Amino acid sequence: MENSSLTIEKPMKSDALHEAPISAADEQIIQDLLPRKFTKSGWVWTGILMAICLVGAFAYYRQLRYGLVVTHMRDYVSWGIYISNFVFFVAISLVGSLITAVFRLAGVKWGAPLTRIAEMIAVAAIIFASIIIIVDMGSPERFYNLFLYGRIQSPIIWDVIVIATYFVISLLLLYYPLLPDIKILLGFKERSGARLYKFYSFLGSFWKGSHKQYLLSKKAINVLCIAIIPVAFTIHTVTSWLFATTYRPGWDSTNFGAYFIAGAFLVGAGSVVVAMYVFRRWYHLEKYITLNHFDKMGRMLVLLSLLYLYFNVNEFLTPFFKMKESESAYLKDLFTGSFAPVFWFAILTGIILPIIILVFKQGRRPLPMFIVGIMVVVGAWFKRYLIVTPTLLHPFLPMHDVPAMYRRYFPSWEEWAITMGSLAGAILIITLLCRIFPIIPIQETITERHHETTV
Amino acid sequence: MNQEDNSRRDFLLTGLLAIGAGVGVVAGCNSKKSAFEAAADPEVKASGKKVKLLSVEGEVIEVDEAFLKPVPHMPAVSNSEARIGIPGKKFVMVIDLSRCKNLKKCQAACNHAHDLNPGENWIKVQPMKEAKHTAPYWEPTTCMHCDEPPCVKVCPVDATFKREDGIVLIDSDRCIGCRFCMAACPYSTRVFNWGEPEIPAEVASQPYSCETSIPQKKGTVGKCDFCADMTRMGMLPHCVSACPNGTFFYGDLNEDSVTNGAETFRFSDLIKDKAGYRLMEDLGTKPSVYYLPPVSRNFPFESGLENDKTENK
Repeated sequence: MENSSLTIEKPMKSDALHEAPISAADEQIIQDLLPRKFTKSGWVWTGILMAICLVGAFAYYRQLRYGLVVTHMRDYVSWGIYISNFVFFVAISLVGSLITAVFRLAGVKWGAPLTRIAEMIAVAAIIFASIIIIVDMGSPERFYNLFLYGRIQSPIIWDVIVIATYFVISLLLLYYPLLPDIKILLGFKERSGARLYKFYSFLGSFWKGSHKQYLLSKKAINVLCIAIIPVAFTIHTVTSWLFATTYRPGWDSTNFGAYFIAGAFLVGAGSVVVAMYVFRRWYHLEKYITLNHFDKMGRMLVLLSLLYLYFNVNEFLTPFFKMKESESAYLKDLFTGSFAPVFWFAILTGIILPIIILVFKQGRRPLPMFIVGIMVVVGAWFKRYLIVTPTLLHPFLPMHDVPAMYRRYFPSWEEWAITMGSLAGAILIITLLCRIFPIIPIQETITERHHETTV
Repeated sequence: MNQEDNSRRDFLLTGLLAIGAGVGVVAGCNSKKSAFEAAADPEVKASGKKVKLLSVEGEVIEVDEAFLKPVPHMPAVSNSEARIGIPGKKFVMVIDLSRCKNLKKCQAACNHAHDLNPGENWIKVQPMKEAKHTAPYWEPTTCMHCDEPPCVKVCPVDATFKREDGIVLIDSDRCIGCRFCMAACPYSTRVFNWGEPEIPAEVASQPYSCETSIPQKKGTVGKCDFCADMTRMGMLPHCVSACPNGTFFYGDLNEDSVTNGAETFRFSDLIKDKAGYRLMEDLGTKPSVYYLPPVSRNFPFESGLENDKTENK
């Protein structure tokens, strides 16, 4: 057996390392957590995702060829579901910093098995946030102008800078903790196959697991964890400023940065809960993602929902109380008008019901949590839609001297296809990542177990 | 550089000469006959036929016909020069709401002059009614050419810019189509070329000029440009000259005069006497377009209704 010669790192209390032969229990952990080949259903799943992506790609080809005229955005609603989808992706990507960095720095131990899931979601989301913003551009072939003529005074340039930074840090935060696992993966050449083995060697063959490397990696991860928190706050605050730096009713709000961040942590945590449930069932990880994890994440979701609810009350109650002329039409449209069904759906399923369900212990069991997670994510998507569109349909001057279709907005099939394609693409990236890498950090799990037994 | 500057000045003078003499064709240089010959293609031989022209100094000069060549109607200004503007000027517009009857001649002239995609309007004539018991009136809106332009502030690539002379223009060769400026503009004045604009091929194939805003291009933003090309030639914007009711006045704040072609007013007096104001003053955008209130109106509001397109109802 090839893996009989395998050794693992086992940091002692003093953080010193020595090589220890793996025990049967460790071997069990490794066997449980190694990435697995797709089963038939895995292939079907991947195939469906790719098909959705292809439809999206075809729609984008049409958009490139004919222009944004294939969308139903027009001069008044000049930003549509692409931008809401962009905000949604940026929001979700914040979870990487929450689960990895905030938990780590706050010494929250139970979150450790969830860090990789969170980082995978973060990387996938930030990739598609970048893609979708290019999709929204009328002249994407001039993207390079942002670097040639970029002006630092524009919030878009701030967004370009922080998103690029966040992407790099997120990628590193996925990569560094992977290195010890890659070393383990390299011990299973036959299982992973020649091509993946080559890929693993490329990524991590330099990692010997020496004490020096271990310390270096630990230090790097700590630095990244500290760095990613302000960057994460910045990316979503800047994203909110794309709206809040304008004069328009519904966007002209000093509450926007905090409101967006609170919403982002909520939807991110919701997506992690969904992923936890799916991975746990699919890969039978009941031993690693335990009921305790669901319970803790459930409490977390309640806290985040309450926080988001607080910011929503702030965002809507004060203008509602005043009913300024410029805002009243917009607010009435949201509360009782044409957007009311979506608005109350998003508030109820995305914030209120999760709180009600999750305060009960029964509600924090895996299946109800999974349903609540989906509710949070779907509610959050529609919430982003409501942030963008209703405001644009209520400009200061009347919508006049334009064709009738300019005065309403419902996305075209191309917009839906591209949006669905991007969502499928993000899920596809997560799917591929968990095919290639362990979803639960193997090395960390073993270390944690040794730590528990020695303490 | 110097060379370029010279030829540029010569070219401008040529343009003036053409206008001054009322001749559509002319070529060459400033005053002296020899300069015409020097500027001409060396292969062109003198034909012996002389043409009389009026120089900028006002003297009549004779030029050989062979040295005359057609020049484009308008001196094309490079897009980097168009960014600077006309020194010493500060252009303003005054729109007298008491004269507007919603004839939309301004709109038609603007659309025609800028070869806009059908259905796209840079000038909109809005039926306004502030409150239940206040009077309705017609309000033409152009780009406000704000002195604190929110659109310019947010543009990530400097594609839309504010000139020395107060005009806000767009470089469609640089615009990336992010539409942040459209979200930022509180006057909703900006329009987007969602698809390939339906314009004649010979127009579409021209190189883009920031001052004429022609040709409009797919995936870029467009808006009222105060007819910067006309302004450079000392002529009035198309909307001003098209309005039969003289609703629009245009001029230079530094000269303190505005005109609608038929009447000329001292700008400061006009604004003072008629209580001129600007739109959404509270936002701090400092527009260059002033409005005179719709008092003592030339036409009842209802007379404009018949011209309001059915799709606006």
